[in-house]
Amino acid sequence: MLIFEHARSGRRNYSQAPTTTASIDGIPDNFLRKKQPLLPEVSEMDTVRHYTRLSQKNFSIDTEFYPLGSCTMKYNPRACNSLAMLPQFLSRHPLAPENTGQGFLACMYDLQEILKDVTGMAGISLAPMAGAQGELIGVMMIRAYHESRGDFARTEIIVPDAAHGTNPATAVMCGFKVVEIATDKEGNVNLDALKAAVGPQTAGLMLTNPSTLGVFEENVTEMSRVVHQAGGLLYYDGANLNAVLGKVKPGDMGFDVIHINLHKTFSTPHGGGGPGSAPVGVAKRLLPFLPVPFVTLENGKYRWVNEKEQPQSIGRLSAHMGNAGVLLRAYVYVRLLGKDGMHRIAEFATLNANYLMAELRKVGFEIAYPTRRASHEFIVTLKDIKDKTGITAMNLAKRLLDKGFHAPTTYFPILVPECLLIEPAETESKQTLDAFITAMREILAEIKEQPDLVKNAPHTMPLKKLDDVKAARELDLCWKPNS
Amino acid sequence: MPFIPHTKEDIAEMLASIGADSIDTLFDEIPADLKSGQLKEVPPGLSEMEITRLMMERANQDGFYQNFIGAGAYEHHIPAAVWQITTRGEFYSSYTPYQAEASQGTLQLLYEYQTMMASLTGMDVSNASMYDGATALAEAVLMAVRSHRTSRKILIPQTVHPIYRKVVRAIVSNQKIDIIELPFNKETGRILPEALEEFSNEDIAAFVIPQPNFFGVLEQVDELTDWVHSKNALAIGVVNPTTLALLTPPGEWGSKGADIAVGEGQPLGIPLSSGGPYFGFMACKNNLIRQIPGRIIGRTNDLDGKRGFVLTLQAREQHIRRSKATSNICTNQGLMVTAATIYMALLGPEGLRRVAAHSHANTINLVQQLEKISGVDKGFSAPFFHEAVLRLSKPVDGILEKLKKKGILAGLNLQEYYPDMENTLLVCATETKTAADIKNYVEQLEQALN
Repeated sequence: MLIFEHARSGRRNYSQAPTTTASIDGIPDNFLRKKQPLLPEVSEMDTVRHYTRLSQKNFSIDTEFYPLGSCTMKYNPRACNSLAMLPQFLSRHPLAPENTGQGFLACMYDLQEILKDVTGMAGISLAPMAGAQGELIGVMMIRAYHESRGDFARTEIIVPDAAHGTNPATAVMCGFKVVEIATDKEGNVNLDALKAAVGPQTAGLMLTNPSTLGVFEENVTEMSRVVHQAGGLLYYDGANLNAVLGKVKPGDMGFDVIHINLHKTFSTPHGGGGPGSAPVGVAKRLLPFLPVPFVTLENGKYRWVNEKEQPQSIGRLSAHMGNAGVLLRAYVYVRLLGKDGMHRIAEFATLNANYLMAELRKVGFEIAYPTRRASHEFIVTLKDIKDKTGITAMNLAKRLLDKGFHAPTTYFPILVPECLLIEPAETESKQTLDAFITAMREILAEIKEQPDLVKNAPHTMPLKKLDDVKAARELDLCWKPNS
Repeated sequence: MPFIPHTKEDIAEMLASIGADSIDTLFDEIPADLKSGQLKEVPPGLSEMEITRLMMERANQDGFYQNFIGAGAYEHHIPAAVWQITTRGEFYSSYTPYQAEASQGTLQLLYEYQTMMASLTGMDVSNASMYDGATALAEAVLMAVRSHRTSRKILIPQTVHPIYRKVVRAIVSNQKIDIIELPFNKETGRILPEALEEFSNEDIAAFVIPQPNFFGVLEQVDELTDWVHSKNALAIGVVNPTTLALLTPPGEWGSKGADIAVGEGQPLGIPLSSGGPYFGFMACKNNLIRQIPGRIIGRTNDLDGKRGFVLTLQAREQHIRRSKATSNICTNQGLMVTAATIYMALLGPEGLRRVAAHSHANTINLVQQLEKISGVDKGFSAPFFHEAVLRLSKPVDGILEKLKKKGILAGLNLQEYYPDMENTLLVCATETKTAADIKNYVEQLEQALN
């Protein structure tokens, strides 16, 4: 049932809204709406029951294992939520004076300093509200840097073919042409292709390291040299920072700009698809271009730095200060982890991934890059299975749902056919990984013995396989009464 | 080890399976010269009890104020059920609903959200939300330029939120789009119709119409929308969702209705929280569906013919289209929209109407009482909704500081955003303010002025 189907005309909640009516005489009649909006007329209990039941139709980290590659689905500590939701933090208006928010600003300042240290960058802005916005801001800074030097010839951004789709989409939003370069057999960026691609037209290279193929880019130092020598800058997509946190700093790898997905590495909730948060970090030469606002400490007082003090800033990318509440959650998380907790993340994420890779190989799955170490994730390819049985990566993914596991990332990266990108975050125990391995073994047997069972999965979800084609062809995006 | 469950035995067994002698070995593909040493700025870890104490201290340092600032973020009562349900683990810790069969909760909720927002704005369709109101406007501008074949010129009046204008400029700056700002009438606080005449012979892609505008003033949206359409350009409405319980929705402005409606969703059950996370909403007419950025949920059937919901029109998005996508956006503000949907369901049409009416009536009451004080005048003559401009006889900053000491955040100094608007204050009194709160504000302001 939809919430609208629970509704009855005239039913409402009396305690949640003002108990009396108020005069609207100050609004001339011609400004008033004629028909009331289609909001449901339901009781408080109807509402609570409806949305509680809906929540139970979701998979979530709190209920299932999510081996989602490149998404870093780790446990979201409850303390992060409750401390970010202290009433004083919640009630603070974004335009309230700085001296009424010193406690909040102290948290933001500390977080900036910690992120600087962890990434090896010279400056951090907490403003970006999602990974894709962090990328946008990063690439805008690259553009602003070249233009500030009077160099308008740099019109191209180089992106490896394994990159997230947001990378090329972002480069285009910033007015750049995208040049894709190939990956070699070992999963590294093809150095010769990179050397051939760079030139006076190169604005920069966007790189994820470890890459979305789940391997560390071994030639990163040489790549950095090639791009810098051509006058370009290096952008670090922090999607996989969890794999190397506290082990290698992007700044030490030669990156000029980075973004960090707090909703991945720093455990802020995914919330069913947002809000994210993606602070950007810059090397010294890009400091003047950082987006505003960010927090500074002066004579014991915290305050915002705005456009006036940062005249070359690429500007403001959100109405206020990004997703402040998400930043508070990340701050609580880093303080709980502390110095030693940071590198343990990378260590145990890597241990989990390599263990799972080793065991799945023993079970009989084909590993896409068998000669490499897994970073915090790795790829299984079902190409051979599909050729022989017709069972696809998506079929297997859906069958995993039946067994109580969220599916790994499927069909990404695009260059590996029938792939599953598997990332078991450090918060998962060996028992959970073993149960997943058992489920994968069972499915492999089912593919041989009962292929239809796998092909028609899922069977135990609230619904069976959903028809994406019908959804796109017969667009129905809003409920209508009597529909 | 915080949040790491591995026992010594686990580690030994796992390394044996891998064939590695230590965890360090697993990092052997990273060149040795890149490995970093100790972290210097990261303090040692705290226990949950210790971090709780620290955060409570910082929260207490900030304390509570009577808030009369609006300016794009509004304090409204949030029913208890909203965040209790929103922070259930099944919503809070779930992923983007790519695996539809395991995400029907989020997907159905978003479909309900789309229905509510489309109806509230009077539009045909809504997406599943954007980052915030300001970025939603920037995306609407990009959308208008994509759908308009000949012009890349956008008119934005200065009665649109000044920060929104900055954000739009920052986001579209590299796409050869011409943003032209229009002055307003200093008497009424409305868009100046004469300023439009200058563009009567120019090809424009879109005109942005705020309702209510940044000053709280009601714009003549019907005339403005018809003017835009007479120029074959798109009308983009920037609206406040609370006010739409009472005001004509953008989809019904003028004879054809605005083409795109965007705005800040925060007033719908999202706490002020220093500016975020909030969410932006975006709705449009049917003919623009394929140009709308962001996630969209559609209804479909499963193998048994049962109703279900999926992400749809994904062919517009970056993970499929890469460099040819309508936008680089990869998320919506899922959790915020979860809260907003529950908020709208709990309030219903009559509840939201009362919130809007009380906010309006309280602001009228505040302004009427303040006008009686010597040294306070109404800034603009046109009718306003739940926010208003006041002219003071003294510099605003000093007054704000005095009222702050009495526990009142008295409003926003407009000169910060409009340099020629000396001694002007933007105030807002939502339904959360009682008659006593308003009386107290009036008395304190009177004292501060004398």
